[in-house]
Amino acid sequence: MTTAPSIPTLPIIDSPIHPALTNVSLPSFVDEHELPSREGSRVIQFREALREAMSEEMRRDPRIFLMGEEVAQYNGAYKVSQGMLDEFGPQRIIDSPISENGFAGLGIGAAMYGLRPIIEFMSWSFSLVAADQILNNAPKMLYMSGGQWGCPIVFRGNNGAGGQLGSTHSWCVEALYSNVPGLKIAIPSCPYDAKGLLKTAIRDPDPVFFLESERMLGDKAHVPEEEYYIPFGRAALRREGSDCTIVSFGRPVNFCLEAAAELANEGISVDVLDMRTVRPLDSAAIVRSIQKTGRVVVVDQCWPFASVASEVITQVVEKCFDYLDHQPLRVNTDDVPTPYAKTLEQEYLPHKRKIIEAVRSAVGKA
Amino acid sequence: MPKKTAYQAKIEHIQILDEQGKLDAALNKGGLGDEDAVFLYEQMTVSRTYDEIAFKLQRSGRMGTYPQNKGQEAGPGGIGLAVLHRGKKDWLVPCYRENLALFLNGLPMEKILLHWMGDERGNQIPEGVHILPISIPIGTHPLHACGLAFAEKYRKTGRAAVTFFGDGATSEGDFHEACNFASAMKLPVVFFCQNNFWAISVPRAIQTGSETIAQKGLAYGMPCFQIDGNDIFASYKVGKDALELAVEESRPVFIEAITYRLGDHTTADDARRYRDSAELESWQKKDPLIRTRKYLESKKLWNDKKQADLEARAKKLTEEVVRKAEGIEKPGIDDIFDYTFAELNDELRTQKRTLRTASLAQHPEQERLSR
Repeated sequence: MTTAPSIPTLPIIDSPIHPALTNVSLPSFVDEHELPSREGSRVIQFREALREAMSEEMRRDPRIFLMGEEVAQYNGAYKVSQGMLDEFGPQRIIDSPISENGFAGLGIGAAMYGLRPIIEFMSWSFSLVAADQILNNAPKMLYMSGGQWGCPIVFRGNNGAGGQLGSTHSWCVEALYSNVPGLKIAIPSCPYDAKGLLKTAIRDPDPVFFLESERMLGDKAHVPEEEYYIPFGRAALRREGSDCTIVSFGRPVNFCLEAAAELANEGISVDVLDMRTVRPLDSAAIVRSIQKTGRVVVVDQCWPFASVASEVITQVVEKCFDYLDHQPLRVNTDDVPTPYAKTLEQEYLPHKRKIIEAVRSAVGKA
Repeated sequence: MPKKTAYQAKIEHIQILDEQGKLDAALNKGGLGDEDAVFLYEQMTVSRTYDEIAFKLQRSGRMGTYPQNKGQEAGPGGIGLAVLHRGKKDWLVPCYRENLALFLNGLPMEKILLHWMGDERGNQIPEGVHILPISIPIGTHPLHACGLAFAEKYRKTGRAAVTFFGDGATSEGDFHEACNFASAMKLPVVFFCQNNFWAISVPRAIQTGSETIAQKGLAYGMPCFQIDGNDIFASYKVGKDALELAVEESRPVFIEAITYRLGDHTTADDARRYRDSAELESWQKKDPLIRTRKYLESKKLWNDKKQADLEARAKKLTEEVVRKAEGIEKPGIDDIFDYTFAELNDELRTQKRTLRTASLAQHPEQERLSR
């Protein structure tokens, strides 16, 4: 019988610019104290830190491209990619049709064949229409192919209440999406971490959801010019105290720090843990802190029901129940769609007053 | 003011080999030669035998579920051979009724059986074979074909991607986004729709108000063709031309192949409950195997002896494939955890070791404390 001609065995990636798919190029991570100093005089915006992370990685690796709505000609809806078209050209900084499911799926196909896409969602609220691609395809591809087809892709964009964007455009997706195995979720709270975490996300071999906040893009802080990589799954202790542990991630970390400063005036000192990534979650750091304080308040900008805060508290109960001197508390957004009116939106968020009240209650000074 | 025609188009239906096995030689110019027709006939027969044996495997409890390809061998066979002959190793991005296109382009035959037996190793594609794993969700994979075509264009390799889907998939948003992306970004993708008239129990008439599926490609600026999907000559010729067009002009091309699902949707389905037997019988007469054999016999390229010989060989080959698939050691328990991430995380590693509920397995200290 005639059979199909045999095909010579070639590596899956047989183009000169691409090493094999399995060539995972994770940077070697250093301990927190070995990272470059957080203090310094080079002050840039959060959005510039993101841009710097992408640009540095793109200069290093020709497989990386950035695709999304308005990322090229318009320099990004929020100017995160300003100037990148000029530097990298239209082959690598690519304006897409308004089609989130489309560019998410295209990115997945490109990632499966060894490119390293960065897919920008103007808002993570818009990722909901791409749910099948980002939740049902990207994080399962490796598993469903018995380890053969990886999907090294970064999805990034604005997450959470952006300042009067209304109910449909203010999604916090971390609660919904962190339920899914096979993906990683990074959520920086400051420009320094934005750069270090995004660089790690781009080098990571798994799909990474990178959650930014429109409200923080203009935040300014010192960001080192040198290259550095912040490992996933390692929380940062933003403030040290002994009476209560506050666990948070993303924008609300800043609310926690404001609350902590005010609580200090009342003689209440707190640990503020910035988780940096919710998947993986550095539960060991949370346990260590609670072993010291005996009390925990989780501050999370998602709705309370089945939120990341719920997960953190479950793990706390599982892992250090006997160290608790008070039931764990959480501060979420209110369990309602995001209000449109400015004053109502402000009140709806897990803001300073709510955090202070929760901590006072936890330490028995309510 | 006189009205002007802003846009006008027509869809041509291309049939080269009719139901009686009569060939239109003029239309077949530059198309499938007789030697390759014999080859494809043999391969279709192997695919049909494979299909029948897979169906029996499921019925006897040796396989989870299986979607029969029966009656739809010609479309994937024709364009699959065109891909093979082009020699560029264009990508094949399948759903689940394109077995022959995959076999022709280097997918080991036991892989498909392994997949349906519930072993993810069936989706491990050998190196150098440009085929994506079978996609079960309807219509999500044409976007991956766009991504592959984008990657190939990015790398300037001159490869195209061919993606297969059914008439039902053309109602999904992903399909339309894929068409739009491929068109807007000028990607070399061949969209190959196997219109078999039934999406499980949903008939073509309910699926869309369009007169043809092919015309859906027009809205996205694609050259569109409708072919007789039970005609290997049409599938080969149009497939070959579409691939050339896609690559040379860097643009997507749409092919609607009119065919019919002679079997059930899958082994979990019983089409007799919703399909008219007269309809089925009318399509059984258009079976691609019957007409191809008639043609080959008319050209004295085939006879009963060859047929008997082929059937025996096809059965033997398929049985060997089944033995191979069933002989592969069942997946180990580690496979539950491995491949969730490129590198196993601590929680999964612990659970893999202990196989206890995560709540206990992850927290040995807590377990000790609460004892």
